[in-house]
Amino acid sequence: MMDRRSQEPAGAPEDPAITMSEAVNQALDLAMAEDPEVFVIGEDIEDPIGGVMKGTKGLSTRYGRERVRNTPISEQAIVGAAIGASLAGMRPVAEVMLMDFFAVAMDQVANHAAKLRYMSGGRTNVPITIRTSVGGGRQFGAQHSQSLEAWMMHTPGLKVVVPSTPRDAKGLLYSCIFDDDPCIFMETMSLLFIRGPVPAGRFELPLGVADVKRAGEDATVVTWGWQVPEALAAAEVLSAEGISVEVLDLRTLVPLDKEAILASAAKTGRVVVVHAATQFAGPGAEIASMVSHDLFGRLSAPVERLGAVYSPVPYASGLEARHYPERTRIAECIRALVGHS
Amino acid sequence: MTSDGGTPPSRPSTSGLSDDAALRIFRTMCTIRSAEDRIVLGLNSGEFRMTYYGVRGQEVIPAAVCEHLRRDDYMVTTYRGMHDCIAKGIPLDELVAEMCGKVTGTSKGKGGPMHLSDPQSGLMVTTGVVGGGLPIAVGLALSSKLRGTDQVTVVNFGDGATSIGATHEACNLAALWEVPVIFVCQHNQYGEHTRFADFTRTRSLADRFRGYGMEARTVDGNSVPAMDEAAGEAIGRARDGGGPTFLECMTYRLGGHTFGSTTEYMDADEYSRAEADEPVARYRRWLIGDRGIGEGVLHEIEDDVAARVEEAVAAAKAAAPPGADELFTDVFSSQGDLPG
Ligand SMILES: Cc1ncc(C[n+]2csc(CCOP(=O)(O)OP(=O)(O)O)c2C)c(N)n1
Ligand SMILES: [Mg+2]
Repeated sequence: MMDRRSQEPAGAPEDPAITMSEAVNQALDLAMAEDPEVFVIGEDIEDPIGGVMKGTKGLSTRYGRERVRNTPISEQAIVGAAIGASLAGMRPVAEVMLMDFFAVAMDQVANHAAKLRYMSGGRTNVPITIRTSVGGGRQFGAQHSQSLEAWMMHTPGLKVVVPSTPRDAKGLLYSCIFDDDPCIFMETMSLLFIRGPVPAGRFELPLGVADVKRAGEDATVVTWGWQVPEALAAAEVLSAEGISVEVLDLRTLVPLDKEAILASAAKTGRVVVVHAATQFAGPGAEIASMVSHDLFGRLSAPVERLGAVYSPVPYASGLEARHYPERTRIAECIRALVGHS
Repeated sequence: MTSDGGTPPSRPSTSGLSDDAALRIFRTMCTIRSAEDRIVLGLNSGEFRMTYYGVRGQEVIPAAVCEHLRRDDYMVTTYRGMHDCIAKGIPLDELVAEMCGKVTGTSKGKGGPMHLSDPQSGLMVTTGVVGGGLPIAVGLALSSKLRGTDQVTVVNFGDGATSIGATHEACNLAALWEVPVIFVCQHNQYGEHTRFADFTRTRSLADRFRGYGMEARTVDGNSVPAMDEAAGEAIGRARDGGGPTFLECMTYRLGGHTFGSTTEYMDADEYSRAEADEPVARYRRWLIGDRGIGEGVLHEIEDDVAARVEEAVAAAKAAAPPGADELFTDVFSSQGDLPG
């Protein structure tokens, strides 16, 4: 972990500001230019559409329709075909339009991609990347809004990556494509079109390394994806109240940067894990349990969790706003944590 | 669309449609069109905000199908299903309220436009997952068979849904068990942004699905007489215990995939030809020209449905959104079972 962390190049303020969608596009472009074994398959990914979230815009024009292939609406075949080509040594990047549609492809994902290395005693491996966009907060209803990282994390053999900034998206996607294991790359819809500085050219970030998005002393928010900007907004509000909050963006859930979580938790003594996935049996439970166990007796307050409530995602905007965590509830939770001791 | 350029077959004597039935179908089609026009108006002006999957151009299919259905027959549809929901009889005010996320909606505002359901009208499921409805429809039809009722189930889906595994599992099972289900493929030429010819080498879906061992037909889904005849035959067969049918209903999506989405990938000439021959006006011409129905009669229907749509919109706008307590109702039968 340590040497991986030291590899990380520092961001420069003069880096051009682009969207996460453009950053994804750059990573795909780089990988395809560098390695002829990289190809992309998915629904509506060819130009002129270039993916419904524009991640593959221009790529079919640049690399041709052999390497950037539209598919029928066949998620099971998309993932399965990617697995097959990867067994033969290629590096396919599959796109599943929306994370909810993983449900259709889960046999290929969970029973095959995740397990083939192990079941073959290491004789085969599945170096695929599955990109998917994640809804939520947009009144898309119960079947187009789910953050399903817990499904992935609960399946041994899958790597799970959730960037919160354009910069992280570029560097992490590049690493996923050249990683030798199956990677699930979650692109949060509400973050896809926000601009941020991204290094031009080849840029790689290691998997399994969390990033302190804001340093603080009194409490730690452990979070990822959509909830990172929410946590940062809460931290900003709280700083005016004299509460100093650290925001730790995990960026990858598997591999998990246990070291960074424990270091921040040990420093502040107060932790809340925040995520858009369902709180019950969610990723926060795993992290909270780990922190509570490893830092037993050294915390100033019990570890808190803030995730989506136990219900399908409601349509009406007022209900949906109550369904997911957001900045005001995160701030309230931290105030309570700090008030605890 | 017909190969002869879209002219409706003028064979009133063989259409088997009474004037009453013909006008009921017209009323349904006008209600669908009027509702869509009103929603689009509101989306354009900012009065409404929702993801809306347009049904313009596909009005004939459910209007004709539902002429042969009873209230206790079942229907399953998709996100692009407002026309099916209206034709099956979901009350307009509940439908519009649901699309607006109001507590007076079919799902108390918790489902939204992609998840309309109303078992009272027989509309059992609206799914947002392509192909997800077909296996469920087989189960609904199985229930009728097991109970010995003569109810039938109609499941609507798009041409794109024929690429999903669930569709094939469902069709094979329905044929094997000879359950009373009608697979209504609304073949509007596109799956999201991809043309039919770009996602399959199959030219005729009817030919492909006949291979599962059931009746399968390609129908002009924009012609009322043709749809009426085909739906009547298929539904009659299912009701009489003759098993499932696959209907490939040829139509055209007169709009982008959703409201506001691009149409740059659609063939402009083809699009304008389809628009020039759009099915509501086409049917109206047929009613006047071939059936000798007075324009005044049609006007009256058009004005009446427009007024009803406006009333539904006004009621939806005046209604309250669901209260916070609704977040945890309907997860289980009892709130006491919620974990944590
Ligand atoms: C399993 C699944 N994959 C992808 C999507 C995204 N999607 C929504 S509608 C659609 C196109 C469906 O085309 P078709 O079946 O022809 O129906 P139409 O929209 O034309 O009515 C796609 C790809 C989805 N909803 N579900
Ligand atoms: Mg279609």
